[in-house]
Amino acid sequence: MLLSVSNLQKSFVSPDGERTPIVDVPSFTLAAGEQVAVRGASGSGKTTFLNLIAGILQADSGSIQLDGQHLTAMTESGRDRVRARTLGFVFQNFNLLQGYTALENVMLGMMFGPGVDRAHARGLLERVGLSHRLDYRPAQLSIGQQQRVAVARALANRPRLVLADEPTGNLDQRHAGEALALIREVCSEQQAALLLVSHDPTILSSFDRCADLAVLNRAGSLPS
Amino acid sequence: MTLMSLVRRSLRHHALSSAVTIASVGLAAGLTMSVFAINSQTYDAFTGGRVGFDAVLGARGSQLQLVLNTVFHLETSPGNIPWSLYREMADDPRVTLAIPYAVGDNYQGYRIVGTTTQMFTDFTYREGQGFVLRPGGRVFDESQKEAVLGYYVAERLGLTLGSTFQPYHGLQFDEKARHEDTYTVVGIMEPTNGPSDRVLWIPIEGIFRMSGHVLRGSGTVYRPTADEAVPEEHREVSAVMLKLRNPQAGFILNQTINQQGKVATLAWPIGRVMAELFQRIGWVSRILTMVAYLVVIVAAGSILASIYNTMNERRREFAILRALGARRTTVFSAIVLESTTITALGTVVGFLVYGAILSAAYVIVRAQTGVVLDALRFDHALWLTPAGMIALGALSGLVPAFKAYRTDVASNLTPLS
Repeated sequence: MLLSVSNLQKSFVSPDGERTPIVDVPSFTLAAGEQVAVRGASGSGKTTFLNLIAGILQADSGSIQLDGQHLTAMTESGRDRVRARTLGFVFQNFNLLQGYTALENVMLGMMFGPGVDRAHARGLLERVGLSHRLDYRPAQLSIGQQQRVAVARALANRPRLVLADEPTGNLDQRHAGEALALIREVCSEQQAALLLVSHDPTILSSFDRCADLAVLNRAGSLPS
Repeated sequence: MTLMSLVRRSLRHHALSSAVTIASVGLAAGLTMSVFAINSQTYDAFTGGRVGFDAVLGARGSQLQLVLNTVFHLETSPGNIPWSLYREMADDPRVTLAIPYAVGDNYQGYRIVGTTTQMFTDFTYREGQGFVLRPGGRVFDESQKEAVLGYYVAERLGLTLGSTFQPYHGLQFDEKARHEDTYTVVGIMEPTNGPSDRVLWIPIEGIFRMSGHVLRGSGTVYRPTADEAVPEEHREVSAVMLKLRNPQAGFILNQTINQQGKVATLAWPIGRVMAELFQRIGWVSRILTMVAYLVVIVAAGSILASIYNTMNERRREFAILRALGARRTTVFSAIVLESTTITALGTVVGFLVYGAILSAAYVIVRAQTGVVLDALRFDHALWLTPAGMIALGALSGLVPAFKAYRTDVASNLTPLS
């Protein structure tokens, strides 16, 4: 199993000390190369769930095993290393760095991992149809093109798992469908598993396996 | 893509604030290096430089005034001494060279010094190096109204071999005080890069006989006439420049003339006399140094402020980098590297500022004293200042770097859903 989550819990503490549970997942697994969608309404903890798996957030309890490594037992720098080498991330708002060209944004995805491979970065951008926009900065690209750069960057370090957080949330219906198809195709080609969270039924319906976060969470543990 | 490329992007992205900070660091570095370099070069030039004499004998009074007047051709003359004292010094076995100076006239503000041809034949202003005349020139004839000009004065006044000039009375130029005598330039010196470059040298006999001059060597007024030699008892000189056989000679002469005598003053050793001047005006140098240090601190503050002010807008950038796998220490290092780079670029600008300040100081100091500053001369400040500023720049980066280090990834990356 590529990803194995068990008894994962995360709460946020408000300034007045009140603890609010956000994630409480008894079990979740993902096989290598598998593509899974997770459904969740706004504020349901989808992003927190992905951030826990990415090691950006530290769980309160439970365990996350990714590619044989116990993420929850690792130090922060250990989790950074996993993120740099094993994971790719596609964000809803793409999170491209504005001062960098498309090619440089993709190379940034390699910088902290296996090392910068310009040819690979260029190949990825060609694959997502941006060979003519390598030197464009994000502000010079359309939303759809920015999204494709973000996909190329997520795959830059040849990850085992790509996490996608509402990756089509900023696109219209037509472009959303194209973008999703592209993400799934490229992940398949690169033999990367995909864990995508979304609240869009059209997107979710295209996946063979689709889990509902409300179902994943322990019944009755979270506020409704 | 390296850490340095992140820094380069950031500098380009915040080009204006980066440029202003680099400029302020450059100004601070240039100012500091200049203060130290000018201090040390002027100190060396005035206390141990190309003076060439060990001691100066002159009228009773201030040793400092005597040295400034005769060696550096600044200040007024403290008065005259009789010719007999010059003769005594010239005959003293402890003295290897005694050259009389008579001052009191100028041309266009540049000093005229009456002396003997020994100044050009026996005197060396540094080891083995005497005055050298430019091709075609010669030393003046002591019986003629001829002059040898220092390099700088000839250049500034546009005088060449064969040019003539009429001296003016006094050490300050007053166009109403022109003497009737006309001197012809027969020699122009090669540059010595010292005070002698600002002097018009004429025979001492010329000073004695200059129209309007009177001599009081014997205590009574004597007016030289054209058809008779000036009797020795009436002659007087402003100073006698001395080279001594050894330091003991200076010690003994100092005892004899300064401690036991009452008619003259021996300024010895010249370096010590000038060092006392620098000690007396050392507070000026200390204030300049303090100002330079303050500018350095302000520059360090501006590095901190310029980077710190960008931290809010860059929190998302750091969060993205962290999400891509950058460690906290990586973003911390990027900020420290950025502040270090700003300072390093600033010190490069600092060398340009240093060159500009030294060039301006070169012109001013040379015009006022004849001393030539050398911007290329090695000074410890030229590596200590950049090194110190780069270290300070790195330190200035620590505060914003710590802020970047503490950036929370999740909250700066994307809104929670």
